[in-house]
Parts: sequence; C-alpha cells; structure tokens
Amino acid sequence: MAAQWIRKAISPKLGRVRLYSSKVHKCTLIPGDGIGPEISAAVQKIFDAAKVPIEWDTVDVTPVRGPDGKFGIPQAAIDSVNRNKIGLKGPLMTPVGKGHRSLNLALRKEFNLYANVRPCRSLEGYKTLYDNVDVVTIRENTEGEYSGIEHEIVDGVVQSIKLITEDASRRVADFAFQYAQDNNRKKVTAVHKANIMRMSDGLFLRCCREAAGKFPSVKFEEKYLDTVCLNMVQDPSQYDVLVMPNLYGDILSDMCAGLVGGLGLTPSGNIGLNGALFESVHGTAPDIAGQDKANPTALLLSAVMMLKHMGLNEQGRIIEHAAYDTIKEAKYLTGDLGGTAKCSEYTDEICKRVASQIK
Amino acid sequence: MALLVRNVCKVLSQATQKGAGVRTLHIGAVRHQDNFIEQQGKVKCTLIPGDGVGPELVLSVQNVFKAVNVPVEFEPYFLSEVNPTLSAPLEQVANSIALNQVCLKGILATPDHSHTGELQTLNMKLRRNLDLYSNVVHVKSLPGVKSRHQNVDCVIIREQTEGEYSALEHECVPGVVECLKIVTAVKSQRIAKFAFDYAVKNNRKKVTCVHKANIMKLGDGLFLQSCQEIAELYPKIQFETMIVDNCTMQMVSNPHQFDVMVMPNLYGNIVDNLASGLVGGAGVVAGASYSAECVVFEPGARHTYSEAVGKNVANPTAMLLCSVKLLNHVNLGRYAEQIRDALNRVLNDGKVRTKDLGGQSSTTEFTTAVINSLR
Repeated sequence: MAAQWIRKAISPKLGRVRLYSSKVHKCTLIPGDGIGPEISAAVQKIFDAAKVPIEWDTVDVTPVRGPDGKFGIPQAAIDSVNRNKIGLKGPLMTPVGKGHRSLNLALRKEFNLYANVRPCRSLEGYKTLYDNVDVVTIRENTEGEYSGIEHEIVDGVVQSIKLITEDASRRVADFAFQYAQDNNRKKVTAVHKANIMRMSDGLFLRCCREAAGKFPSVKFEEKYLDTVCLNMVQDPSQYDVLVMPNLYGDILSDMCAGLVGGLGLTPSGNIGLNGALFESVHGTAPDIAGQDKANPTALLLSAVMMLKHMGLNEQGRIIEHAAYDTIKEAKYLTGDLGGTAKCSEYTDEICKRVASQIK
Repeated sequence: MALLVRNVCKVLSQATQKGAGVRTLHIGAVRHQDNFIEQQGKVKCTLIPGDGVGPELVLSVQNVFKAVNVPVEFEPYFLSEVNPTLSAPLEQVANSIALNQVCLKGILATPDHSHTGELQTLNMKLRRNLDLYSNVVHVKSLPGVKSRHQNVDCVIIREQTEGEYSALEHECVPGVVECLKIVTAVKSQRIAKFAFDYAVKNNRKKVTCVHKANIMKLGDGLFLQSCQEIAELYPKIQFETMIVDNCTMQMVSNPHQFDVMVMPNLYGNIVDNLASGLVGGAGVVAGASYSAECVVFEPGARHTYSEAVGKNVANPTAMLLCSVKLLNHVNLGRYAEQIRDALNRVLNDGKVRTKDLGGQSSTTEFTTAVINSLR
C-alpha cells in the first residue's frame, strides 16, 4: 500500500515510463512446435506493447540424448525453468514411437506440477450454444489413474492402478480453496465418484472436506462426476471452481473447453512446487504452421494467467480486456473463430488496444 | 409350499422352453410370443422401484399400463442399499429376474460408504450376479423437448461388469490408497461384439470406441485392441476410435457425429450422463442392461433425484420410455406403440410439462395427460 503511494507520488517525474515493479522478471519461454513459434511471437509482441517488465529466456526443448542413453529435455531448459521459477510454453509435439517419453509428462515430473488450472469463460462475440460458462477446473496432476502403474497379470487380464495419496490430495485441495479465495470465487465443488470408489475417491473427498474447514469464506459442495457432467451441459452457471482427481479433471476440463469453443480459447496453468508453467493445451496444428493463420488467444490468456500469478495484475487485466474486446468486436478474428484475419492482424489489433490503455 | 411348487413349475417350464431350442439373440431380440406369455396370457416382469423418486415413477408406469390394459404382471421387490432393513435379499430379486428374464428397475442410491465396510455397491452386485454386462442407452432428441442441440441420435454401449467398478481397493500404508481397474480381453471382446451386433441389427453405420489408451497403455490398450480385432469381422460397419476427453469435447459441440459408441465402465457413466444432458436431462432418457439371458430396463442417466421425493415433481418420461422398450422386448409392440404415441403427443403439445422441462405440472398430472391421450 505504502509502496503504491510512493510510486504514485514519484511517477509523474518519471514521465511516460511507469514502473509497476522495480524488478524485471525473467521468464522462460518454450515456443513449441508447429504453430508454437508464431503464437509465441504474437504474445511477445503484445507484452512489449503493454510494457510488461518481463525478460524472456527462450529455450529449446527438442529432446536430446541424455547420459543414460534416453531422450529427454535438454538440461539447459530445465536449468532455465528452475532458475526463473516460471515459464510459458507453446504446444509441443509428442513424438510417436517408442523411446520417447511424452515431453509434457517429463516437464510435469521435472517441476512437480501438481495442479492444473483451467479457467473456461464464454467469450462475448464468439457465439456457442452455451453462453454463461465461467468455471475453473483444478485437476490433480501427479497421480490417480495416470499413475502409470499397470501390468498384465495373466494373458488377457490387465490391472491398472489408480493411486490416491493423502499428501497429493490435500495439496491440490488446499490450492483450490486458496485459488478460490485469491480470485474472488464463491464456491468450490469437489468432483468425485466416492460412491463407486469408496476408499480412493473417499480419501480425496475427505481431504477436500478438511481443506474446506480452513477456508470458511468459500462455499464447499460435493458432487458426483456423472451429476456434474449432466448439469454442466444443461446449466453451466451453477458451477464455479471444480477440484478433482486426474482423470476426471482431464475429461471435465476438455468438456468445459468444448462448451466455450474449443481448446484454442482456453488458457491453462500448471502450478508446481518448483515453479509454475503456463501453456496452451491445443495441438501443434502442423497443417497451418507458418501461414500466419493460427489463433494465439489460448497462449495469450495463459500468459495473462502467468502475469496474475506473478502479481502483475494491472498489465494482466489490460491485456485480457484488449483480447476480449477484440474478439467481441469481431472485426479481426482468425479462421478458427469464423473470421478471415491473419494472426498478425489480430495481434496488431490487440497491441493497439493495449497501447491506448497503457499511455 | 405353494411358492416352492410355483418355482418348480417355472423352472420346468423354462427347461422346456430351452429344450425346444428357442434361444434367440439376446441383443434386443423380440422373444417368441407363444413361448413367453404364460398360460394366463400375462407376461411376468420383475419390478424394482428403486430409491428416490423411483416409486413415484413406477406408479406412473403402472397406472398407464392399467389404462391400456397391458398383459404384464409385475412382481415387485423393494431393493435398496440405503434402506437395508426394508430391502429384499439380493438373491431373491436376482432369482426372480433370472426367471422372468425381464425387469423394470428404478435407480438404486449408492452411498459413499457402507457401515460394514463393503466396497461393492448393491448395483454392482446385482450386475455381477446376473452378469448384466452391457448397458445400452439410446440418446435421442424427443419431440417438444427444448434443448440446445436438436436431432441428437446416438447409442452408448457401456461395459459394466469390470473396469473401474471392480471394488478392489486397499490402503497400502496410511494415506496411500490403491484402486484397481481390471480389464480383460474376454469381456472387452464380448462388449465389442455386442456393440457391432447392435449396429448391424439396428442399421447403424459406425461404431466409435472411446478409450484413454494414450495414458493407460495396457488397460485401455487391451480394450482398444479387442475392439479393433472385432471390428475386422464387421467390414460393413465403419470403425473409429476416440480418446475420452476429446469425445466429451466433441459431444458438447457436435454430438451429431456419433452413432454407436462402445466404451469401458467409467467412461460410459460419464458419456451417458453428458449425452442425456444434451437432450433434456435424466428424466427423459431410457436405458437397458443386457446379459445373455435377461434384460433390465432402467433410466439411462442414473440419478435418484432424492431431493424431490414426495414432491410429485419428477418427470416419468424416462421410466415410461423404459416400459415401452420392455413391451417391445416381450413382443407386445401394439401396446408399446400406443403408449409411445400418447407420450409423444403430450410432449409435443407442451401443455403439460414437468419442472425439469420448464413446466409446472406434477408427476401425476403428466401421467394423467398421457393416459388421456391414449387412443
């Protein structure tokens, strides 16, 4: 508070350069494959226009053969994220074939990204059948059905293990409530299937209940996964923040993205112990790569989430509104939204709006 | 004593039926009338009202049946997990279903925990006991029911005896719980074959296998592989695969691309409910569970709607559609058509609508409306 006062007092003397923070943040950028480089460039351009105090540290994550003979992320990239504690990532292609671990999975493991946050909001100007969606899905990202523990007991009988631990469940539950509180959300819904998986989902549910006790200002409710699916497509406005184990989160977050117009419009953030990684979750779209046709909205909104995570709320807000207004005006829309604009035109329009705000 | 005699008689009559070699396809096959209707000309059918609003809905069906004078005799059993003292023993109910080979069932509530530490729910036990391996939910937009999507028409076929619903869980050390998902080649092939047979029989073009084999490489991989193997035997049916999260996303944005879908247990539960939501909710979608021998007709989206108990507001459409399916199945198609027409007329008029469809009418008013528009 005091700092803001002082800043306000001295800012006229500094002329047009406004200092939102005295420090320049360093941030790792992984442009990704396919359309990744184009949309990353678009985001960088918009960030420049908004004079965001961020210095990008661009790294390449093309797999290299490690000392153990396996292909993996280059050490330089890992060091960069570990140093900066924050990163923005474009879409990555998971190489088909054996010997490669999914890079997304590797990054998740490397940085202990335990919670995946995906806000889904209906965008004005882009009409879908559902117009009042505003939900945030928070997904446990490290265990559950995706534990990767599977084996064939005898020929033709396979057993996959869903692993639920108290630590991980509590961690994500606490995070969900903290997120709800920080972002002025009213309600957290735990999505579960404890009527069928009484012990595993029961444990998850119990952790959510305990977390709910610590945040009395946030409303808490429990819903079965099937009930949420049913209600979500009928009346999405009844949900706010949803917290759930891995698989359910995977399914529901994609479903919610479907409600608002697809993965090209939904940002995503991964919160971890060793840092946070924000990413666009759509594909690499190799068919339109390099043609200036891609829609950078998802990556841009992810970058906005990143700014908010870093506490740069003011710039985040300006960029977010510029993007929403551009889509609302519907003059410069990319092909996937039914427009004819190029990626660069769309970007320039946002830059213009941002620049007018920042002066 | 009388009961014993009756049972013996039934078993004998069953045996003669089987001996006569009348063993039809179990996939929605209409049973041969002469064999099925017993001497009094009545079809016996087990009735499980279920929890929540189940009894109210079943009453609605019974009233409509009475009005049409349907030759079906119900054998009611109260089966419930949340109300164990009143519940009939599972064996008794299962025996009745096995004997009658048809059943109309409401939804059983499944509590989050049981007092005895039991992991299997009553629903699972019933399905295991009767080997009701396949759940078929035909999601179709109804006339007069407003929803976001029009002309949805897809069939969701779900394996429901294994997968995530194995009830095999344990706590390794405090705070670490393992839950086993079991996938077997035999059961995966069985459900895949069922799906393709269904597609052939009902003139469907395409079967979509829904899975998550990119993550669960062995478990869902086996399911996917089984479907692929069976698909090769049906060259006329188009086959495609889809990852479950993408499937839900496609479902909400473009449900018309789907035809017949086959999937493991949990995904079936998710997609059933999602698709039901698209066409008007849990109150309007019928479903059926098949074993090799018997069929249990129950609503497609399984919700007990317990908050509406006694308020007389639930929508009996799903249950009435179940009963229509049941009548078709036991070769009483004339009655089935009569009831379906009446129901469609009421829905089309839109004057009498229950709360879930945006109306004010009660369950009984809706039922009366259906009865009044019978012709």
